[in-house]
Amino acid sequence: MSTTDAYAGTSDTTEGRVFTVTGQDWDSISQGLAEAAEERVVVNMGPQHPSTHGVLRLILELEGETVTDARAGIGYLHTGIEKNMEFRTWTQGVTFCTRMDYLSPFYNEMTYCLGVERLLDIEGDVPEKAQVMRVLLMELNRLSSHLVAIATGGMEIGALTVMTIGFRERELVLDLFELITGLRMNHAFIRPGGVAQDLPPGALEEIRGFIALMKKRLPEYAALCNANPIFKARLEGVGHLDLEGCTALGLTGPILRSTGYPWDLRKTQPYSGYEDYEFDVQTWDTADAYGRFRVRLAEMWESLRIVEQAADRLAGLEGAPVMIGDKKIGWPSQLSIGSDGMGNSLDHIKHIMGESMEALIHHFKLVTEGFRVPVGQAYVPVESPRGELGAHVVSDGGTRPFRVHFRDPSFHNLQATSVMSEGGQVADVIVAIASIDPVMGGVDR
Amino acid sequence: VSDDSTTPEAAKEPAAQGGITQTPGQAAVDQSPENVPAPTGQVSQVGVRHGMFGVSGSGDTSGYGGLKSAVVFPAPAQRPFGGWFDEVADALETAARGAGLEHALGDVTVLRDDPALRFEFCASVSGVHYPEDAGRELHVVYHLGSMTWNRRIRLEVTAPDADPHVPSVTGVYPAADWHERETWDMFGVVFDGHTALTRILMPDDWPGHPQRKDYPLGGIPVEYKGGSVPPPDQRRSYH
Repeated sequence: MSTTDAYAGTSDTTEGRVFTVTGQDWDSISQGLAEAAEERVVVNMGPQHPSTHGVLRLILELEGETVTDARAGIGYLHTGIEKNMEFRTWTQGVTFCTRMDYLSPFYNEMTYCLGVERLLDIEGDVPEKAQVMRVLLMELNRLSSHLVAIATGGMEIGALTVMTIGFRERELVLDLFELITGLRMNHAFIRPGGVAQDLPPGALEEIRGFIALMKKRLPEYAALCNANPIFKARLEGVGHLDLEGCTALGLTGPILRSTGYPWDLRKTQPYSGYEDYEFDVQTWDTADAYGRFRVRLAEMWESLRIVEQAADRLAGLEGAPVMIGDKKIGWPSQLSIGSDGMGNSLDHIKHIMGESMEALIHHFKLVTEGFRVPVGQAYVPVESPRGELGAHVVSDGGTRPFRVHFRDPSFHNLQATSVMSEGGQVADVIVAIASIDPVMGGVDR
Repeated sequence: VSDDSTTPEAAKEPAAQGGITQTPGQAAVDQSPENVPAPTGQVSQVGVRHGMFGVSGSGDTSGYGGLKSAVVFPAPAQRPFGGWFDEVADALETAARGAGLEHALGDVTVLRDDPALRFEFCASVSGVHYPEDAGRELHVVYHLGSMTWNRRIRLEVTAPDADPHVPSVTGVYPAADWHERETWDMFGVVFDGHTALTRILMPDDWPGHPQRKDYPLGGIPVEYKGGSVPPPDQRRSYH
């Protein structure tokens, strides 16, 4: 097969015939193959395919409709975030890692900051309000992430209403993010030592309104899907992986919990004060795509419970600090809205420019140079919507990370592609992968 | 620590010791063993820091430009470690003796299968490149977890740049498959025994291993209104 693309010249297969499929043209393949129907067919799916959750490439070997061999090719979204972080300060690192798994940015920031805080030995000094705000944002984020997982998973099997209502509710969460952090995604809001900014006025009312609305809307998903015969027929028994398989492959998150094993780092290795919240770890016992859907749905209710408790706590913490009191570490300024947009608060400018030379020096040093982190390494994982997310943070005592490596649950869990899809049908591959819920931004980093 | 020449001196003046009973001729460390500092483990230098303020690329006018300080990682902890770490260390030693191993970490199967250890979960494999840690430039760091005991340990293996070979753990932890591929891709560590050690994030024909410290970040100057901002690795920095 000849090509006009100069860069694809050497990538043609050396054996067999090649068909380029663009949709609506299956007939040409079946006719082309008619005389050699016994031959095995290798289908290259992706990296540009609407059903593969971003730039995931699947190489499927088929016998008829049955998948005999499935492999995943990744790396199409590799952006070198870990390398880039080595050239910025510890605080700037948050701005990079928030972009990895773009559906759960707060978790990326959180695990990185927990690692940095452990190296700085300030884990106990992070203010309570910052801890509660972190929990609030993370649980709201779990809601928005699970909503996308359910929405796109539904879309891929033709349940378009699930998609539209999923994105409708996600928009409400993103509105809350925008209100609290100023951005819908890529927040860089959780910083070493606390969070970037206090809650804006009126945020708690908005959150309470959201909780009330979600309590009405969440049952819609159950009503649409839980007992829907088409939905169940597509999901039940698909992507089956029992506890033994999950443990061997080190899978975590909803996949592990769908086997009935209640492993959740928020309970087993709590961080950020999770031990003080009332919630249950949701499990299911079918170990298939349907079970994972049910786990995610139930977890959204639990997240709502936690958000409710966090909002109650925040009501009693008005005016409390959100950044560590240590002036050698804590980001010196707070942001505020001025006549020319958002910037450093005028009070802070007045303080450093007119009142305190020391405050000016601290501001200058912290912003240009950053703080130094003691030599050592740390790994503090958190329970992200997709499973265990951890950052291996290494410091050589400088103002920049020596090395940061992210253990992303999507990257890890995608290894189960083969074992979940082989032996099933092509259409089930899509469902199996949707039940892993990989986010390629996190996989490739 | 114990220097014989000082002992008679101390024995001459018992009143100065605050009433502590002493035996003449006994070394000070034997008289009050509780005050002897714990032995520290072997540390190795992994880098050198120049100057005091981390300035590079511009003149250091602080007067501290000639200062050189070693970057040294904390020494390995000594017994008693505290918490459950001693139990794990005991179990490791027992298991190693049982398996006839010189060192318990000679076989990670022990870590996974021993009932007292049960680190059945390999969370991640990560590489770190220390160009100045001579003879062991490449470190491979495994984060293992025990769901049975709810414990976590970090396992660190080193290899020299000249012979970057580390045994693969994929036979014991299939979950490490992609992680080892990533570490090969990013650092050039060869995991012996891995069945398909190919690049995973970079293209198959990519030259070099990007996360190594001798691999440049790359980038082009950003131009704005006639001015030019150099790429991040060439800007003035303080590290």
